[in-house]
Amino acid sequence: MNFLYVTKKLLSAFLTLIAVVIFNFFLFRVVDRDPLAKYRGRSKLSIAQREIMIERLGLNGSKWQQFITYIKSTARLDFGRSFDSTRPVLREISDRLPATLLLVGISTILTILIGVYIGARAGWQRGSRFDRVSTSATMVLYATPEFFFGMLLLAFIAGRTGWFPTGGLRDVGADTSGFASILDRAHHLVLPSLTLTLGYLGSYSLIMRTSMLETLGEDYLTTARAKGLRDRDVMMRHAVPNALLPSVSFIAISFGFVIGGAITTETVFSYPGLGLATADAIRNTDLPMLQALFLVASSAVIIFNLLADLTYGLLDPRIGRAK
Amino acid sequence: MSIEAVQVSPRQMTWLRRRRALLRVWRELRHDRSGFTGLLLLVFFGVVAAAAPLIADRSELLAAAGRNNPDLAAPSAKFLLGTDDIGRSVLSQLVWGSRVSLFIGLLATVVAVVIGSTVGLISGYVKGRVGSLLLAIDDFFLVVPFLPLAIVLAVILGRSPVTLALVIGFTSWAGSARLVRAQVLSLSERGYVERARALGANSRHVILRHVLPGVAPLIIANATLIVPGAILTESTLSFLGFGDRLSPSWGKLLDGAQSSGSITLNAWWYYLPPGICIITVVLAFTLFGRALERIFDPRLAGR
Repeated sequence: MNFLYVTKKLLSAFLTLIAVVIFNFFLFRVVDRDPLAKYRGRSKLSIAQREIMIERLGLNGSKWQQFITYIKSTARLDFGRSFDSTRPVLREISDRLPATLLLVGISTILTILIGVYIGARAGWQRGSRFDRVSTSATMVLYATPEFFFGMLLLAFIAGRTGWFPTGGLRDVGADTSGFASILDRAHHLVLPSLTLTLGYLGSYSLIMRTSMLETLGEDYLTTARAKGLRDRDVMMRHAVPNALLPSVSFIAISFGFVIGGAITTETVFSYPGLGLATADAIRNTDLPMLQALFLVASSAVIIFNLLADLTYGLLDPRIGRAK
Repeated sequence: MSIEAVQVSPRQMTWLRRRRALLRVWRELRHDRSGFTGLLLLVFFGVVAAAAPLIADRSELLAAAGRNNPDLAAPSAKFLLGTDDIGRSVLSQLVWGSRVSLFIGLLATVVAVVIGSTVGLISGYVKGRVGSLLLAIDDFFLVVPFLPLAIVLAVILGRSPVTLALVIGFTSWAGSARLVRAQVLSLSERGYVERARALGANSRHVILRHVLPGVAPLIIANATLIVPGAILTESTLSFLGFGDRLSPSWGKLLDGAQSSGSITLNAWWYYLPPGICIITVVLAFTLFGRALERIFDPRLAGR
């Protein structure tokens, strides 16, 4: 992987980010002609207060001036105040970000590991019992909305057995420091991350299975077999690494879906992260929050795609090699 | 006999050929077990949606309809699937919900397919600035997470079913544009397209008369695979608060089940049926769409 490749990928990620920021302005200031009309307390505002709101939302002046104001404040990470809580949006987001990062991080790692394993094995043993069962199962997983998984887990595991809490981040009144608190938080994470993992396992393993099938006919597998390698080694050393390559970019694109899944999963489990904040912002028509949350979600996908591109460069020596 | 055959106009010949191709697809579908099962399920849900007024009266969806019924009552002879938290029959809502879910899913797909095919056809066929601009737009929409985008658009544009369908369609065309573009690129190299161009046909003619028929099977198979995604997105958006409680889709029913606490109350008749309907319809579309893909693209056979 050479310098040029990395620079190119960094630059394209940066440009996409800029495009998202501009698109965001377009959505909230051009498509939405009167953002203030969605502020629920607007009828009680005096004329002076209304002026202040317009000033605060950056709605004064021509669209061009508004755009400049918007760019300046976005660059300072100033997203205004939430309509609902009236706290600064940045505070709301930074308070809730760690919980979501933890949930999405754990689920993504689990989904990739399990999905790649199932997909690779199913593709390698095409037509076998494992392939038939796992492919049918992944189709059903794919067809199930992740929040329905969450509801089922709540009803049949949390509700019936009481083994896991039904929601929240930690027990009320629990010790907030030390080992016990880590256990408590892990306990609260089990069902939400299981929900998110089950929700996206299907698409990840289907992707891996397809790219495994693509590699099956390749000559280097015949060569490896001719060398006398055991079937397992041919699969692990030759087929899987090559099949992983195309999967990397597909998995990166699917990450956008996981972000969407976090919104409903957090809603089902009242897990106070950015997803629940999004659901609340929808119900309260909290435009400043939505605007920032959309930026955060898009940036997360852009960063994840960048990481995938860089991983791709590391995995595939042909990419980015100086010619 | 032979004289008659000569009198068939080119147009009629084209239609004869298409009819034969359609019959071939039907024959292969009959032998594709999972694809045919999917089709049967779709026919079932289509009939239920069409016959909704015969199965349950629309007035049963009104908030007032449940006033004299017990709330969250378990299934009984009167209410085969029990009642919801305001006493309305769950079965009636489920039956009418199939209309809402299928309508939004299909309309969204039409929007996505029209945008996706147009962008794919033009960006694949037209080189130069227009082509690369469209490609860049497509790239952008592939990266932007579609659910947050759909949420933002739905909040800004309104929450009616038609708006939801437009929003979902507008956020799910990028993948199919990419597919269509790839197919167009490979078709443009074929002899018959070059021949048409050499004979002086303009881009419009070549795209509509020669390239579009070539990519049409792919577009159809792909559309069948967009529907399940659109139905899932609709259910997600409804679950998050969009949509109309008095004319609920399956996702909206799940939202009602969740917010009324039916889970802690063990009211399984409220939350299980809509979830199972969503899974079944999505699965049916996926099986059917994958079968079409296999039939149109023999390289995929045996997968």
